[in-house]
Amino acid sequence: MDITNLTITDILNGYKEKKFSVSEIVNAYLDRIEKLDGKINAFITVDRENALKKALRLNSGQANTNQPLSGVPIGIKDMFLTKGIRTTAASNLLKDYIPPYSATAVSRLEDAGAISLGKLNHDAWAHGSSGENSDFGNTLNPWSYDHVPGGSSSGSGAAIAASMVPITTGTDTGGSIRLPASFTNTVGLKPTYGLVPRYGVIAMASSLDSIGHFTKTVEDSARILNITAGADGYDSTLRQTQGKLEDYMEDLNKDIKGLKIGVPKEYVTKGLSKDVKEKFDISLKVLEDLGAEIIDVSLPHTDAGIAVYYILQTSEVSSNLARYDGIRYGHDRSLFGKEAKRRIMLGTFTLSSGYYDAYYKKGMQVRTLIIEDFNKAFSRVDALVAPVSPTPPWKFGEKANDPLAMYLSDALTVPINLAGVPALSVPAGFTHSASLGQGGLPIGIQFIGPHFSEKLLFRIGNRFEKQTNYWKELPKL
Amino acid sequence: MKYETVVGLEIHVELNTSSKMFCRCKNPDLTDKPNTTTCPICLGLPGALPYTNQKAIESCIKIALALGCTINKNSFFERKNYFYPDLSKGFQTSQFLHPFGEHGKLEIETNGVKKTIGITRVHMEEDTGKLTHSNVNGKQVSLIDFNRSGVPLVEIVTEPDIRSGEEAKEFLTKLQRIIRYLNVSDADMEKGQMRLEPNISLRPIGQKELAKYKVEVKNINSFRFVDKAIKFEEKRHEELLDKNETPVQETRGWNEFKNVTVSQRSKEEAHDYRYFPEPDIPPITITDEQLTIIKSSIPELPDGKKERFVKEFNIKPYDAEILSRDHKLATFFEEAAIIGKSHKIDAQKIAGFIINKKINPNDTLPATLIKEITEASKITIIDEAQLKLTIEKVLSENEKAVNEFKSGKENAIMFLLGQTMRKLGIKVDPNIVKNAILNQLNK
Repeated sequence: MDITNLTITDILNGYKEKKFSVSEIVNAYLDRIEKLDGKINAFITVDRENALKKALRLNSGQANTNQPLSGVPIGIKDMFLTKGIRTTAASNLLKDYIPPYSATAVSRLEDAGAISLGKLNHDAWAHGSSGENSDFGNTLNPWSYDHVPGGSSSGSGAAIAASMVPITTGTDTGGSIRLPASFTNTVGLKPTYGLVPRYGVIAMASSLDSIGHFTKTVEDSARILNITAGADGYDSTLRQTQGKLEDYMEDLNKDIKGLKIGVPKEYVTKGLSKDVKEKFDISLKVLEDLGAEIIDVSLPHTDAGIAVYYILQTSEVSSNLARYDGIRYGHDRSLFGKEAKRRIMLGTFTLSSGYYDAYYKKGMQVRTLIIEDFNKAFSRVDALVAPVSPTPPWKFGEKANDPLAMYLSDALTVPINLAGVPALSVPAGFTHSASLGQGGLPIGIQFIGPHFSEKLLFRIGNRFEKQTNYWKELPKL
Repeated sequence: MKYETVVGLEIHVELNTSSKMFCRCKNPDLTDKPNTTTCPICLGLPGALPYTNQKAIESCIKIALALGCTINKNSFFERKNYFYPDLSKGFQTSQFLHPFGEHGKLEIETNGVKKTIGITRVHMEEDTGKLTHSNVNGKQVSLIDFNRSGVPLVEIVTEPDIRSGEEAKEFLTKLQRIIRYLNVSDADMEKGQMRLEPNISLRPIGQKELAKYKVEVKNINSFRFVDKAIKFEEKRHEELLDKNETPVQETRGWNEFKNVTVSQRSKEEAHDYRYFPEPDIPPITITDEQLTIIKSSIPELPDGKKERFVKEFNIKPYDAEILSRDHKLATFFEEAAIIGKSHKIDAQKIAGFIINKKINPNDTLPATLIKEITEASKITIIDEAQLKLTIEKVLSENEKAVNEFKSGKENAIMFLLGQTMRKLGIKVDPNIVKNAILNQLNK
């Protein structure tokens, strides 16, 4: 059975038409993991036994059609707690931690019938843009083993690209879903802050963490959000939803004629690589061909984004990591890696008495200005479009010893987290790379919308995807 | 004494809500086995998030209102970052910049002198776990019980307005009564539901500024000990100051067996708690409607009750004060006084009866009490002439007993009393009869 380009929709239809059984699907994905993951290293833990057991339980292969994801395999970023299954945050500090409860998002997906194949690699504590900060080794980019798959959700993007699983979860605090999605030719959703519960997901920076996912297609992404969104009574920062939740798949096939899509000039003027610029311009043409009106807008405080982000984020990180104090979890703080230590020190400094006003407080004030930038832009346009990364995937080691260069790769993603708005990263083509000899490395663009405008982003994303079909390109493995 | 004592108090009160501050765990009591009323949230497990207990916030605001505070309608929780093994998250969720209540006051009276003690702040936070150091299988170990972790805790801080141990004791007694009236906590010191830390310093009389040091005393579990600890410190500081030494700024612990304070740790370096707004809990807005509802749920407090009892029932202020100490007793008195009125029984008589006979409002009903008083009253209206006649008759019939009494056998009076009572044939207050017999005998 060829599972390399199966979408969730294909799998569910296949079950309905009895083309294959749940066990066959689960086995096929597990076999592919076994075949490829020794090299790619997308998984920290593969839970073969439980997955096969669950598959068997689904009525000897007949999926329960009442459950929206019955029998669909998923991979879970190792920041999400999974009851009884080791959850490491990709850090040696938690290498032996087996949680007594599951994250809301995990429970919801499992209650919907999804079958977890295991836990995915990422930068330890979700600190990083390349995956190189994992204590469990680098995850390789399936498109080129010399290149980073993007981080922090390195395993989540790579696993989808390599067709080792059709859905993966991710966390996006400053770009950790969108960047790997754009580096692996996959679809990554960073939902509005306060749409998907954070409960049970190891906190990185609480006011920025968004709980999202990776899929092959936009339709699949909307399907997953239908399951994960909504108040859970545990995350108090969630919008209190009343009555029926939105159906995120509802508008997928609506056209986008007449929609005003803004291009923030600060995102395209400086530092874009030639490849990225070229693919972005082509993407704008595609949108215009689809009937959208492209409008230039300005987000004047974009430049301050990285600075504000590295003050607020590290402050919250320093506090959130305090609980790993050496008393519980079996290991002490010496097992924090370099990057975690760097952030703990930065954050402790910025919160210290005498510095709070100059750093944290000022950071919060500039954050308000950034939010206002977006509000102003959205009074003129329905959505924004921008590149995800100023450059295509870089090579391993290229930025690993230069934290600042690494931080700057998030310049086009962090302002979105600071504003708390949603963004959807979709494939937008490949670099011209003769040396790779296979159409180059993936490039992604992101659609950004006002708070809780996911339905609109899926609509734009779906039309763009149907027009371009980049997702159908596969890495040669 | 050439010094003036300056004391400010920090009081922690555990609220009696049914669940904890940020999770749905049962608010434990001391009978719960260690680490049985816990969940991922109060254990501070990875991924856990706080979910606020609205009832606890209301209770905190009630306390603030009862202490005359202005309420910050726009507030938020903050993280107080510090390390301690009983602190499950590595920070305590508390309030720093905008406590729910600020700028309150409480009036106290010591030795007939009235005085106002300023309340700096009333804020909401969570309790920590509890450490015990013990020997397990021959090994010295420290054990952590997280049952108490996350119990709603209100911190009340006073201005440095207290000038003596007596004032501190009076303030705390009054505060405890108010908290119990509000029914937000049992404020039982022995159970750790109310914990006190006085900050003590001495300054030359006439000096306006605070002293350059202060000493915080912990581990005090009764108001009497607060008084004693302050007196102990007063003396200690005075001796040092007389020698031109400044007492060390430090935390000391009260040793109730030796009646002394003992140095615990010096606070040479102030803690940097790195407070910042708790990102996991949205800011809290208290609407006028909410505030009105909370206000209306505050019962009449001891001071108001006392004044009203004096005015409405015309009882002695001293009695009114005693009756208003406990909310149940006060209500009992008031109900009895209303029933008594229709029986033409004076409220002062009811007050006196309740206080002298130490009536427990849990043991009887106001109507029953009135019945008792009526019965007792009936007997006092005995016809004096008839009583006199009866006594004369009894005395003449029992010459032996009369002589015994006169020769010094005082017990004989009891025999004569019994005889008289029997002859009267009605319920009479034996004291009145006894006095009448004594009068007759001593003539």
